[in-house]
Amino acid sequence: MPPITHLTSPAILLALDDIDTDQIIPARFLKTTERQGLGRHLFADWRYAADGTSLPGFILNAPSSAGRRILVAGRNFGCGSSREHAPWALADCGFQAVIAPSFADIFRNNALKNGLVPVQLSPGSHDALVRQLTERPDEELHLNIAKSRLDAFGASHSFPLAPFARHCLLEGIDQLGYLLGAQHEIARYEAGHPAAFCTTS
Amino acid sequence: MSSLSTTPAETPNVDSDASLADRPPRTLVDKIWDAHLVRDETADTPAILYVDLHLVHEVTSAQAFHELRQRRIGVRRPDRTIATMDHSTPTLLAPGKRRLQVADSQAAAQLDTLERHCADFGVPLLNLEHPGRGIVHVIGPELGLTQPGMTIVCGDSHTSTHGAFGALAFGIGTSEVADVLATQCLLQSRPRTMEVRVDGALGAGVTAKDVVLAMIAQIGVAGGQGHVIEYTGSAIRALDMEGRMTVCNMSIEAGARAGLVAPDETTYSWLMGRRHAPTGEAWSVALADWQSYRSDPGACYDRSLVIDASTLVPMVSYGTNPGMTIPISATVPAPDPSSDPKDRAHLEQALRYMGLTAGQRIAGQRVDVVFIGSCTNSRLGDLRAAAGVLAGRRVAPHVRLLVVPGSQDVKRQAEAEGLDAIVRAAGGEWRESGCSMCIAMNGDQLQPGQFAVSTSNRNFEGRQGKGGRTFLASPLTAAASAVAGAIADPRSLA
Ligand code: SF4
Repeated sequence: MPPITHLTSPAILLALDDIDTDQIIPARFLKTTERQGLGRHLFADWRYAADGTSLPGFILNAPSSAGRRILVAGRNFGCGSSREHAPWALADCGFQAVIAPSFADIFRNNALKNGLVPVQLSPGSHDALVRQLTERPDEELHLNIAKSRLDAFGASHSFPLAPFARHCLLEGIDQLGYLLGAQHEIARYEAGHPAAFCTTS
Repeated sequence: MSSLSTTPAETPNVDSDASLADRPPRTLVDKIWDAHLVRDETADTPAILYVDLHLVHEVTSAQAFHELRQRRIGVRRPDRTIATMDHSTPTLLAPGKRRLQVADSQAAAQLDTLERHCADFGVPLLNLEHPGRGIVHVIGPELGLTQPGMTIVCGDSHTSTHGAFGALAFGIGTSEVADVLATQCLLQSRPRTMEVRVDGALGAGVTAKDVVLAMIAQIGVAGGQGHVIEYTGSAIRALDMEGRMTVCNMSIEAGARAGLVAPDETTYSWLMGRRHAPTGEAWSVALADWQSYRSDPGACYDRSLVIDASTLVPMVSYGTNPGMTIPISATVPAPDPSSDPKDRAHLEQALRYMGLTAGQRIAGQRVDVVFIGSCTNSRLGDLRAAAGVLAGRRVAPHVRLLVVPGSQDVKRQAEAEGLDAIVRAAGGEWRESGCSMCIAMNGDQLQPGQFAVSTSNRNFEGRQGKGGRTFLASPLTAAASAVAGAIADPRSLA
């Protein structure tokens, strides 16, 4: 995962609450065995008509949305299915951060594993940001990962990021590599818990 | 498959142990957590948590196995890993054959990929032909793999189902599936705990599904965020294992990280004699350990909620998330002009999608399809409940009823009892096991605009097929609705 330290981009505003991962990427696109190429299915049922043409009313289809790296969504973003295809699709579309008042737990984990920053703002800051973006949708937002700060419309908001998550984003740390580094401890744990209550084979 | 070996947990959790007398009382979640710490969390790093059982299915595993291949590493504990095929699998046999007919080439390729990965990495697989195959959350318990005090994960959010046995069980993403395949561990932070106590007796026609739908309606789809829910109280104790699984299954729909129920006699007697459950001396040792997995008196939860079971009625969803659920006797809520404009817009959007009018009674709403299945409600007891309603009745002529057992084992048992014959005689379709119309990946799906009563767990837009409209309900309500051709209160069919 490539490191990310700063991000400056205008945002795409999709401030609906409880956007579930079935909306982010419908299940029929989960038959792939790849991680790449899912961006074209992002929000597929909101983005395309039955015949596959783009629906002009959907924000992602607006010409001005192209190249934007920040999504501003509503509360409980990414609820529902644990599919990592959701952050894969967002990342494949170029998104590097999602700003919301809260995130579903599994989505947050999955996003962090893919260098997609979950920026959780207080409801008050989020409301203000949504209002400001409604008036000035092309304003650039600035994220500073090391400081866990979002600067927007002249205000600076801090957002929570666990120290380990921040470290992994900044350094591009691969968490499986980190776990593999603990193999001795894992072996010791297993030796202390010698037989399984179950064996599947 | 070999038989199982058992040893006591290294650290006894026995409450009466004098050396532990000073220890603050712990919740069930704390006990499981503490017993699985390879490395405790610090201010800067998450805990490394050991995983006892890893369940794998075709949709969320391919990229994880691929990751291991790229790194040239193996599966650390294939003996703690088991794979099945359920999400994109067909529920119909090929015409004139005894073979299942996979819906499309992409699904077939995904199934082949799992077969190849499991063979190469030595992971046991219950493939399409295997008699033990079924929905991952149905077969884990059925095989006796799911046991009290365990940590259980799967690349699937409804892993919370296994919490019914007093296990800490939760869904993970595919990167984490790779973590567990490679190291049998996960990086995790200690969850907060929430007690949901359900006291009192459920009325006739009111089921475990109604309990959990009522809870979600009350706390909302984000109400459990960051928490593991422990279900307690006399109404939970009175539920059989299948009912407890239904309740734990939908914990994720309240946003919770997991849900669980402390084990008791109901749990032990359900487990005894199952294929992977301990036997003989090992059983007694295991039992002593399992009995320690309950919250200590005085243990503190971060939050609690009390529900009076005697006030509950059959519940049905009306909107596009499981929190949008009302009693079956109620009317579809109207957007409240004084409420937050965002909430109002959310409700208006949901009603538009669902094609419902604020103020209409939900009972009596016409339905086109009834789906009885999914890891929430596809076990033998669910099918018996539905068959009890269908026996001697006919499905309304305009309704398509699809009954999909949760596993091949459930299917065989149901057939031995003649439940398939009852479903067919009523005019319903009886299928092979799988996720089927719960997720609509295998060709079993709603057509745009169709209304369905479904015993599954998600009524999200398009979940059961693009443009399909889902009403979540219990198997009793689903069967009653199939007969009536419209959403019907099962208590009205005496
Ligand atoms: S039945 Fe539905 S919810 Fe359960 S595992 Fe299958 S797709 Fe997921």
